[in-house]
Amino acid sequence: METIFRPYHPSSGQRSDRSAGDRLRHRQKVREAIRNNIADIIAEESIIGKDSNRIVKVPIRGVKEYRFVYGENVPGVGQGGDGELQPGQTVGKGKEGAQGHQAGDQAGVDYYETEVSLDELVEVMFEDLELPDLDRKNLRQMEVERQFRHKGFRKKGIRVRLDKKRTARSRVKRKKASQRADVASLHGERFPFHKDDLRYHHTVTEARRESNAVVLCIMDTSGSMDTMKKYLARSFFFLLYRFLCTRYENVEIVFIAHHTEAQEVTEEEFFHKGESGGTFISSGYNKALEIIYERYHPGLWNVYSFHCSDGDNFESDNPAALKAATELARVSNLFGYGEIKPLGAGYYGSSMIQFFSQIQEPNFQTVQIQRKEDIWPSFKTFLTKDRVRDDAA
Amino acid sequence: MAAAFTIEDLQEWNLRITDRVQEFGLDPYPQEFEICDHEQMLSYMVYSGMPSHYSHWSYGKAYEKLKTLYDYGLSGLPYEMVINSSPSIAYLMRDNTLALQVLTMAHVYGHNDFFKNNFTFRTIRSEFTIETFKAHANRVRHYVEDPSIGLEKVERILDAAHALSLQCRRNLSIRKQTEVEQKEAKLRDSKPPDDPFQSVHRRKEWVSPDLAKIPVEPEEDILLFIRDHNPQLAEWEKDLLTIVHEQAQYFIPQIETKIMNEGWASFWHKRILEALDLPQSLKIEFLIRHTQVLSPIPGGLNPYHIGMKVWEDIERRWSKPDPEEEKEYGPKKKNAREKLFEVREVERDSSFLRRYLTEGLIRELNLFEYKSRGNEKVISRVADEDSWQAIKDTLIQNVGTGTIPVIKIEDADYGNTRCLFLKHSHDGRDLQLEYAEKTLQYLRQLWGREVALETIINDKKSVLSFADDKLTIKPVH
Repeated sequence: METIFRPYHPSSGQRSDRSAGDRLRHRQKVREAIRNNIADIIAEESIIGKDSNRIVKVPIRGVKEYRFVYGENVPGVGQGGDGELQPGQTVGKGKEGAQGHQAGDQAGVDYYETEVSLDELVEVMFEDLELPDLDRKNLRQMEVERQFRHKGFRKKGIRVRLDKKRTARSRVKRKKASQRADVASLHGERFPFHKDDLRYHHTVTEARRESNAVVLCIMDTSGSMDTMKKYLARSFFFLLYRFLCTRYENVEIVFIAHHTEAQEVTEEEFFHKGESGGTFISSGYNKALEIIYERYHPGLWNVYSFHCSDGDNFESDNPAALKAATELARVSNLFGYGEIKPLGAGYYGSSMIQFFSQIQEPNFQTVQIQRKEDIWPSFKTFLTKDRVRDDAA
Repeated sequence: MAAAFTIEDLQEWNLRITDRVQEFGLDPYPQEFEICDHEQMLSYMVYSGMPSHYSHWSYGKAYEKLKTLYDYGLSGLPYEMVINSSPSIAYLMRDNTLALQVLTMAHVYGHNDFFKNNFTFRTIRSEFTIETFKAHANRVRHYVEDPSIGLEKVERILDAAHALSLQCRRNLSIRKQTEVEQKEAKLRDSKPPDDPFQSVHRRKEWVSPDLAKIPVEPEEDILLFIRDHNPQLAEWEKDLLTIVHEQAQYFIPQIETKIMNEGWASFWHKRILEALDLPQSLKIEFLIRHTQVLSPIPGGLNPYHIGMKVWEDIERRWSKPDPEEEKEYGPKKKNAREKLFEVREVERDSSFLRRYLTEGLIRELNLFEYKSRGNEKVISRVADEDSWQAIKDTLIQNVGTGTIPVIKIEDADYGNTRCLFLKHSHDGRDLQLEYAEKTLQYLRQLWGREVALETIINDKKSVLSFADDKLTIKPVH
């Protein structure tokens, strides 16, 4: 009997990584699936507020291979261990992983997780939103980089940019040409460089301009804002921040917490500190205006302001809030007001959305969030309202 | 890690193994072993061991899944991978120990012998396996690279074809009748039987069979039927359907004989290694590995273990049967070796278990029947006097192609609308509806017109029809 042994070849040629193409295609499919399920993924608490290198596990349901299979309630046969078995006893988990390499003929649970970095996820999220280009005005652009780039060659230039190789080459060309024209006369003579042989690099200066943005997150931290409401607000701020990061070179973020008084706080305090007491929305807006005029002049910065509240404002503060909101809308690219009313919370108290409908500014936008599933759709409607304002302002 | 053995070691062991193989009377194809590393092994597993195989994203998915399981240590790699071809090709993993390689080689010869001799594999021309797969790969690549076709279109057809590929004939050793033969048979069957009392009986009225119906008899090869009856398909689309169908047919015998095949290979590797007179150091490792592979998975079903137990039981019953058994089954007519070889040739999993899985074995293996409830398995029957037969029946339903629903094309011009009408032969098991819907969608795509499937859902006869872009479920009265 003839037996052949083929020794080991470390990943040679065609057989090296033959599945690479198929894996790539599969990953594209997964990405598509992520995009289709983005609203669900956003609703998962785990990704909110994490730093960008973090790997998140995303459940994928989109890339199943369908066949005709039997349903779940079909009896199977298993093998018991040593002990006595009794009908009614439960054993292990359903549907063990299939052994061997045979074509999958079981439905099983075609549900597995894939790992993507948060950056990648954010990229997928925003890549096909078809949002209008965000407002970028010349005045607000700052030169972030200045660089020199070679761009062709010139016959004139300064000494340091002399290209020796090309210069020598053009001399040879000239020499050959003149030899062909008059063979005898040049033979054996010196053939020096001429001014026409010289070649210089041509350099252009390019400056790259970038615009900056500041995000003002204003949150109501009064006693009526419970954990759930804060979580919804937080998710919204997170998305906004991540989105602006993809659009601007420099994004600064300012957190303002308010109840009856407003103060600038750190991120940690913003999301975790519980406060109590009543609500004066105007205090938050005035604080924001103060910060804008002090540090982020609207002529130089793209300002995005967003305010989350449960809309439970003191009646007496409403006119002041309206006035401040109008002014804030004027200085901002976009000013959004999100009212958080979890389902079942009951519509006690006032709703500021109705009250704010008096504001005429085109870049003022209100959204209402009831559940975490609402975050992504309302986020999208919110951003599509970004308008280019009059540049003269 | 440097390998702890050389090719020469393997060749030497191989000689000793093949001596035993011949001595035991096994009859394998010539064997080729290829040494590979674990990444290559993963690739081979994903592409069914084929050196070349057409590409499709589902293989990338399988790779990722397998690699994840492997990386997290949830599943080890198989020690061996054998292709049914002539010569047979097997892969040995470089990092395995010598003892494991010897065990694997012996095991491989068992599979090889089984491939060559079992009847289900007779329809496969194993000398062309590698070339066929390579030709398929080339053709698919050609279509992908053709600028008028491209990846997207090829993938669309492959996705749909993969969904239906296993809806094909299962017993390939029965020749498929041609249309003419089917018509003749139908005509013949429609004639009333000869009646010796014609003078007394009233003559039965002859009902002419509908010979114009297409297909004449219910058709199981769905992909081929669509290929031959949908005039809108382009040649390359028909070719893709053929490729997918041919590959599915290649794997049907392996699906049909999983338990027998694994059991047979395990049965023989044990005997070969016992006859090899291994040195003590190898022997202990062999015993450990052998036990790992062949121990029952509590709650699950280990085809290696079940298969080998049945084979061993056959050997025992035909060499030294209990007196009781002799009384029940009559005196033996063959010696054990002959019987084993006969069974290896003429059975497949379902018939193998039906004939040779005895009540005693079911008890010994402590088999039980379960029903899934949520994520758990709840035992519904245990191996006792009343239920062992029911457990056996359930087991037989779940082996081989028993896990693939039988769905046949009944009529390609249903209601004179060219709607493709299929019937599911319901055997008490309902279809998974989400999967059925999506698969019908693929069928609709390939057929190009409405498709309808008759099945039973929750004891109600229903027709699932897929027209335009949605599924409708109508009960039938």
